[in-house]
Amino acid sequence: MTTAVLPRALSVPSWVRTARGALLKIATAAIVLVAAASITFFAQLLVPGDRATAILNQQTGRAQQYTTAELAPVNAQFGFDRPLISQYLDYVTGLFRGDLGTSYTQHRPVTEIIGDQIGPSLVLTAAALVTAWVLAVGITLLTVKRRRAVSALGSTWEALTASLPPYWIGVVLLVVFAVQLRIFPVIGETSARGTVLPVLTLAIPLAGFLGQVTRDEFEKVLDQPFITTARTRGMSDTAVRLRHALRHSVVPAITLSGWALGALLSGAVIAENVFGRPGIGQVLVTAVNTRDVPTVSGIVLVVAGVYVIANLVVDLAYTVVDPRLRAS
Amino acid sequence: MTVPTAAASAAGRVATEPQAALLSVGNLRVAFGGREVVKGISFDAYPGRCLAIVGESGSGKSVTARTLVGLTGAGSHVAADRIELDGLDLATRSERSWRAIRGRDIGFVLQDALVSLDQLRRVGDEVAEPLRVHHRGTRASRRSRAIELLEAVGVPEPSVKARQRPYELSGGLRQRALIASAIALDPRVLIADEPTTALDVTVQAQVLDLLAESKSRGTAIIMISHDLSVVARLADEVAVMREGEIVEHGPVDEVLYRPVHEYTKALLDAIPSEHTRGTRLVRGTSAPRRTRRPIDADRPLLSARHLSKVYRGPDRVDRTVVDDVSFELFAGETLGIVGESGSGKTTTAGIALALIPPTAGEVDLDGSAWTSLTPGRRRPIRKRIGVVYQDPLSSFDPRWTVGRILVDALAKGKRPPSSRAEARDRVVRLLEQVGLTAQHLEDAPLRLSGGQRQRVAIARALAPEPEVLVCDEPVSALDVSIQAQVLDLLTDLQDELGVSYLFISHDLGVIHHMSDRILVMKDGRVVESGDADAVFRNPQHPYTQRLLTALPRLARA
Repeated sequence: MTTAVLPRALSVPSWVRTARGALLKIATAAIVLVAAASITFFAQLLVPGDRATAILNQQTGRAQQYTTAELAPVNAQFGFDRPLISQYLDYVTGLFRGDLGTSYTQHRPVTEIIGDQIGPSLVLTAAALVTAWVLAVGITLLTVKRRRAVSALGSTWEALTASLPPYWIGVVLLVVFAVQLRIFPVIGETSARGTVLPVLTLAIPLAGFLGQVTRDEFEKVLDQPFITTARTRGMSDTAVRLRHALRHSVVPAITLSGWALGALLSGAVIAENVFGRPGIGQVLVTAVNTRDVPTVSGIVLVVAGVYVIANLVVDLAYTVVDPRLRAS
Repeated sequence: MTVPTAAASAAGRVATEPQAALLSVGNLRVAFGGREVVKGISFDAYPGRCLAIVGESGSGKSVTARTLVGLTGAGSHVAADRIELDGLDLATRSERSWRAIRGRDIGFVLQDALVSLDQLRRVGDEVAEPLRVHHRGTRASRRSRAIELLEAVGVPEPSVKARQRPYELSGGLRQRALIASAIALDPRVLIADEPTTALDVTVQAQVLDLLAESKSRGTAIIMISHDLSVVARLADEVAVMREGEIVEHGPVDEVLYRPVHEYTKALLDAIPSEHTRGTRLVRGTSAPRRTRRPIDADRPLLSARHLSKVYRGPDRVDRTVVDDVSFELFAGETLGIVGESGSGKTTTAGIALALIPPTAGEVDLDGSAWTSLTPGRRRPIRKRIGVVYQDPLSSFDPRWTVGRILVDALAKGKRPPSSRAEARDRVVRLLEQVGLTAQHLEDAPLRLSGGQRQRVAIARALAPEPEVLVCDEPVSALDVSIQAQVLDLLTDLQDELGVSYLFISHDLGVIHHMSDRILVMKDGRVVESGDADAVFRNPQHPYTQRLLTALPRLARA
């Protein structure tokens, strides 16, 4: 019975299956992105108020109602007079050409606005994630299953930092290290020294969070028989932790990191606000306030894109860390 | 009384031997949080000889083994008059100086290599780790040494296997890799803690041969085991531990064949085998079985015809796990299915229970359709067939009490109780039937011992008054003395109720003890079947012959 089925099963070469899997992933990613763009597009139309009025008020700096005649040129310029469905279709087809539309307020292509601001945000996000990992892993290695006081200190620190609001951390760091101690600049723009405090603002709560899940895993792993085996070979405690236990305990933190990367990017606005740092978060807040639909949609799309890429990387990271996951 | 008398006399005998002890332990005591788990034991290990420390769970044997490498664990307190390795004092070592000894002078093999090797690292790296830890050779030389070691322990294609990860290897190869790692630095003492426990009988024999080879090269082996018959194959000297004490200690021939201590005798009696058929296993009750109800060979309760089960793997390759299996189970009979892991015996049990749909074939229950019915039409007759699994704990709702578990089972039976009072009476009667009492009614399964849990599982299975009970490895997780009690219980219940058993086990001794007829399964097929005595005494199929040769057993007078 087995042999009859074997040839058919083997007739699909492995590269075909790999390619099929890759295509499926790319298609899924594209669907996620279009869906994200569509939802933002329609969600913003649901917000009460007329877009042309908002644009005119933005330009004149006043808050008033306009006559239909006054609104007509704006409606024509941005295509608001056309049926909703054709506005939407234009938008979606534009996406595939790399065109995110034109900002209502800045009168520049959205791609250009994002392009100007995305760099500092990505630097901030990536640096925060890396820092959070270093802090979480370091604290785990040093404090899990040590003397009772040390372990308690580690888990208290994690619980505390995980529950602190980033905004508050930012202000405290600013006051202590920039205003009082003057170690770092108050407004650092995008310089390396100026990036330290914004990075810590985002990294500290995330480190607490990652540390908590890693600690749980780490504790369980240290009770495993293979850890005992390693010790019976004469390995030191530090080496056992680094070479054996760590790798087994990072999978949950990797899962969280995919989510964290996207959340950091959209949450970066807090750090950017406190430290007066340029970035996509600032742009997003302004755009939401001024009902700048193309800019908001564009940024949501970028954040969604980062989520999608982050999750692909996470999938890959799983199989690197734990090859057993490759089979499933 | 620190050193039991049996141990003292054994020590006297050993002292007359020409060789000096390599590892010498005197009056070892280990306590965890004030509770003493090892209560003053003494023993010596000699080059080229194997000392077996035998005992049931909780006897302190594994703690003793760990103490010999300074890894007793957190919260432990160790005291000893003497722990010496070739004259070197080990009793008062710092953690740092212990590290120089572990792996280099004393090798350690844990049980079940699936969890005792790091699954995420390559087998070669795991094997070579002692070399790296003790700064031997270069990275390249360690790699080739790992391959040599794998080859030495009989791993085929060692250079391929060295690059694989432990989960990609079979249980036997994994255990060999674990041993290869322990002997990488050629330690003078090798401690093996249940080295063959999770292994099939043929693989177990190979691993024991491997340890014997190490012994013949002059290594002193200390083997920890719960299994007296495994010990017989390798040990020169046996120490029997119970509750932290050595109750009997001497040469293997004396301890296993002329035991002095009551506990050793009870342990030996409890081992099921062909010699124990038709008798009770628990010592002091070794009367023959009560009047056995006759087997009704005209009434097949279960009749399985040409069962097969094919699973499609994630790689889309079909695997036939049960291949054309047919059998009949008659009223009042015990049919044993024996086979190694992966032989398809558990899947066959699942099909018989109509829990796994067969790919082809069907099972009839008492002459009418069973597995071919729709689930809805099967439900009313499901009460006629019950099941007992290896690990009952996972089949109990942890928040339910024993009483609620059994009331629930009664309600689903042939005669649901009509009142609360009747339900309670019947539950108490069930508990008494399986050797428990009404005081267990309010207990949660988690608080019961392994043997008690299995009794509750049997009571639950019997509550609906089934005619057939499928027992899938029902005693495999139990200590030998508890196993004996449960097996005795099952035979008593058969005599009392006339229930038929489809009895699945990997343990040939258990199968021979329990079964009237047996099926031997291998790779999904029945390779041999027939009357239990006939198959065991005169096996026809080469596989059965191999199984029986590999079976460690105690020759009895």
